[in-house]
Amino acid sequence: MLRMPSSDELKQRIESAIPGARAEVDDLTGGGDHFQATVTSSAFAGLSRLEQHRLVYDVFGPEVGGPIHALSIKTHSSD
Amino acid sequence: MTDPENPIRAAVQGAIDEHPTILFMKGTPEAPACGFSARTVAALQSLNAPFAAVDILPDPRIRQELSAISAWPTIPQLFVGGELVGGCDIVMEMYESGELAGALGVEEPADAPDAAPAGADPAPGPLGIENRLG
Repeated sequence: MLRMPSSDELKQRIESAIPGARAEVDDLTGGGDHFQATVTSSAFAGLSRLEQHRLVYDVFGPEVGGPIHALSIKTHSSD
Repeated sequence: MTDPENPIRAAVQGAIDEHPTILFMKGTPEAPACGFSARTVAALQSLNAPFAAVDILPDPRIRQELSAISAWPTIPQLFVGGELVGGCDIVMEMYESGELAGALGVEEPADAPDAAPAGADPAPGPLGIENRLG
């Protein structure tokens, strides 16, 4: 996938991949490759911060480090 | 999962196992090549935490094998006691919440002293590991 992703696309993919997730995604540089995602989901309940971040990274697989050069993550568990 | 035919994987795993605190980063602690690596180094240094550092840039296989071991896609990656603590986001969250000092087994300095704690691990290896005391 060589096309540059948009923050809207990342938001929608996170929200459809993680049950009950709400995501806010910002394109940090405007260049379509450095993003910051704040994700709230009940799926994070009981998981460590590391596991929560992994769930978000897993939405994008090898795209992180590829077309998505950087994905900064903040997660919150909702009830 | 271990592959005797894969010396890079073995070297990365060996470095993780040998160093109580080890940071895989882009660039060096003196000259970080990425803002995320720079912020993570700064957090460790502000706690005077001794850490080994590996620059992943000289050989792309280092990053490839590291991410295969850690199941973590981004750089930097901080390991303590052989376990992945996290990347820049998690380290900074832990720094801000005060958890990081505890995770590293160091005292939170009241006022950044110059003296670094002893107990670094001098073990230059195939990965160009450096030891940073503060």
